[in-house]
Amino acid sequence: MSAIKLKVNGGSHTLDLDPSTPLLYALSDDLELRGPKFGCGLGQCGACTVIVKGAAVRSCVTPVKSVEGSEITTLDGLGTPEKLHPIQKAFVEEQAAQCGFCLNGVIMTAKAFIDKNPKATEAQIEQALSGVLCRCFTNVRMLAAIKRYGRELAR
Amino acid sequence: MRATAMTPTARAALKREGFSRRGFLKTSGALIVSFQFRAADAQITAGSPRAGQLDSWIAIAADGSVTAYSGKEELGQGISTAQTQLVAEELSVPFNRVKLIYCDTAFTPDQATTSGSQSHPTNFNHANLARAGATARETLLRLASERLGVPVNQLAAADGVIAMKGDSAKKVTYGQLVGGKKFNLALDGAAKRKHPSEWTVLGKPIPRPDLPALVTGQFEFVHNVRVPGMLHGRVVRPPTVGATIAAVDESSVKDLPGVVKVVIRKNFVGVVAQKPWQAIQAANKLKVTWTSGPALATHADLYQHIRNQKSTRDTLLVDSKDVDQKLTGAAITVKATYLHPYQMHGSVGSSCAVADVQGDKATIWSPTQAVWFQRSTAAMVLGLKSENIRVIFRRGSGCYGCNGADTVTYDAAILSQAVGKPVRVQLTRKDEMAWENYGNAFVIDERVGLDAQGNIVAWDHESWSPGMGGRPGTNTPGNVITGTLIGFNPAPFTPRSPSPDPTSFNNGSNGIPSYIARGGTGTVQSVRVMTHGVPSDFYTGPLRSPARLQNTFAHECFMDELAARVKADPVAYRLRHLRDPRLIDALNAVVKAANWTPRPSPNPANGRTGVVSGRGVSCVLYEGDNGYCGLVAEVEVDQSTGKISVKRIVTSADVGPISNPDGLRNQMEGGSLQGMSRALLEEVTWDNEKITSVDWRTYPTLPLGFDVPKIETVLINRPDEEAFGAGETSITLAAAAIGNAVFDATGARLRQIPFTPERVKTALDARSQGSS
Repeated sequence: MSAIKLKVNGGSHTLDLDPSTPLLYALSDDLELRGPKFGCGLGQCGACTVIVKGAAVRSCVTPVKSVEGSEITTLDGLGTPEKLHPIQKAFVEEQAAQCGFCLNGVIMTAKAFIDKNPKATEAQIEQALSGVLCRCFTNVRMLAAIKRYGRELAR
Repeated sequence: MRATAMTPTARAALKREGFSRRGFLKTSGALIVSFQFRAADAQITAGSPRAGQLDSWIAIAADGSVTAYSGKEELGQGISTAQTQLVAEELSVPFNRVKLIYCDTAFTPDQATTSGSQSHPTNFNHANLARAGATARETLLRLASERLGVPVNQLAAADGVIAMKGDSAKKVTYGQLVGGKKFNLALDGAAKRKHPSEWTVLGKPIPRPDLPALVTGQFEFVHNVRVPGMLHGRVVRPPTVGATIAAVDESSVKDLPGVVKVVIRKNFVGVVAQKPWQAIQAANKLKVTWTSGPALATHADLYQHIRNQKSTRDTLLVDSKDVDQKLTGAAITVKATYLHPYQMHGSVGSSCAVADVQGDKATIWSPTQAVWFQRSTAAMVLGLKSENIRVIFRRGSGCYGCNGADTVTYDAAILSQAVGKPVRVQLTRKDEMAWENYGNAFVIDERVGLDAQGNIVAWDHESWSPGMGGRPGTNTPGNVITGTLIGFNPAPFTPRSPSPDPTSFNNGSNGIPSYIARGGTGTVQSVRVMTHGVPSDFYTGPLRSPARLQNTFAHECFMDELAARVKADPVAYRLRHLRDPRLIDALNAVVKAANWTPRPSPNPANGRTGVVSGRGVSCVLYEGDNGYCGLVAEVEVDQSTGKISVKRIVTSADVGPISNPDGLRNQMEGGSLQGMSRALLEEVTWDNEKITSVDWRTYPTLPLGFDVPKIETVLINRPDEEAFGAGETSITLAAAAIGNAVFDATGARLRQIPFTPERVKTALDARSQGSS
């Protein structure tokens, strides 16, 4: 165990952790954030995605030590129900969810991509989301929400 | 038990409930309502509220806000939004004045399992929640009439206020009439529901109130439940099917940080640690010696193995007793065999539960579809009295049926009991996929006789399907892996052959094709449907549209084969054999929306090389009585690679009066794509001792961003009909329509799911041999 310093959603935390602990556990258990989720532990489904220095990262396979000191943003840090982030607003407007478990991975992956590529084509968006799973298959609405967010950004 | 006599656990649980509910309300925008009203007589040790009593369903607080209690839960299908609309509508209050609480054994009426597309028919017709709403409205009107001295027929309710028509000064609020008090009334079977023509809340596309919390990561899934003092458990499942424990070396983990206990019960092994990562490492390092189970039948031989079983449980669903004679006299007989693999629920989040077992009492947070059955079976697992257990539903990752929800709940309960502290367990991806209760594999033989004009004169259907376990029900925890590991057995396989004759028409499995006359929706008089249940090496259980999807895949592809055989348009050929006007409407509506051009398949304009396109159709009355649906799929097939691209899906849905059109569309869209994923990619695999499809590489599924087809949905509203189920209709039809579209494009017939490029290539090659 060692003291690990994490910068999450604008706050700083010092946690006593095994440095090999995946970031996901530090976020969901030590910091009790509900956004990042365990889906597979293998980096295959996207449910654990967070944004580190602007890039989407699979927190279930990212040792906590490797992101020490980096700015980490989770879904919890984007907006609140009272003040939704534009991408969250787009998902509500499109009613783009069924069970909602995958939303963290979908929104965080899409945000990291669209923020860098607001004018991405439909095919490029689909490519960017090709490593994220929604087993309720809310694909049509989610892709519409992502495009809506892109249009918002491009305006 | 009065609040003063509650255990610390129960009190903490209730406090926690109040806290989390306030948190939820804050985030969901709903009003805080009378939770305290019900909490005052909260009873962890009492039975669930009696379903015949109005107070079990509806409470009105002093401020006029309404709390509704339901035994049908929100799994992501949108039913909680619709149930809230239903209560708001019947009580003439705004949507956001109703707070819905569902599936908590201490607070809500026992409505068994949330499954089988039954929530809409159960709660939206004339019984249960709908009857409670109607009873409450009529009761409030009667009380207002007495209070105001105005006849009921001169009163109108709006916005929680009852006023005299034409004299709004004469009015009284719900809060003034009953606020905070009980109704003390039985549900009134004569209470009338509002007619859909009067609806202002129900029937509207009201947005889901859970979305703001979901998109901001504030929603509490069962995975997010945290209880003071909670520890983390991890189970160690057998490495192979049927393996038993020979030895466990507990010393192998004793020096690892945070390990609290190694728990062994018969063939169940788990570890409990302070933190999740510690539990994971301990589970990985724990030395367990296993004795292998018997060898498995080879995956490649699955269908022959199923068909060859000597010990079968036979069920004759229908038999007109003249099928052999009619087939003999037919101008043409056509037959085909369809094959469907075991498939997974494959929830995107592995299953999770939290249990707090303290002495002879337990509180359990579970994503189960049946909190009451979980309670009675957890009692068996724990050796406690059922009435001493409270099971609280918390949403898990989308379930689609009997995934790992029940088994992980037992895991958490067993580990909590062993350490006397609350324990959270989340399964690994592999443990979820290797041990869940799979959707059934099927072998289906179809045989039909045609007359000289191509009309169907007899239909003979015979199927074989392996099964083991299933939902735990009231008393069978051994139906899922954890129960078996601790010594309970799955429900026994009981052979039965020959089958008794059917005593009534029941098409709950859609084993009987839509084109059958007696009891069915078609015109064919001569029919025999025989099913053979056979033993399974793997746990099986309901997976979205269980048996109905597999049977409908066979029926609807076979119908297409018959149409092609007699060179008829597939839609026209179906219509020739249908008589139910609503199924005919659903079929006509979908082909109209799809701009279907009538002609026989395959498309004569397509060549035998390159990329070709085609369209296919299918239709069904789900479960024989629970939702009409039609589906058209348009595909492109690359004949050099065998790759299928679905370009467009059009569906039609008639599920009676539409409660929430956007929610219904969402179900139709998701069902279509999930059906497409199952048709194209999904298959459980194994070697001679273990399951080998254990993650998303070995069990592929369509990702979010594949080449998504355009999806259009035609909703057919039937305000004067009964409410039907909606969530399993489109998924039932996707595979058949896609297979039929591939045939239309290429002339190659696919009869085995999934339609992998290899199988498509094989079918394409078979064309040149003239045997497609």
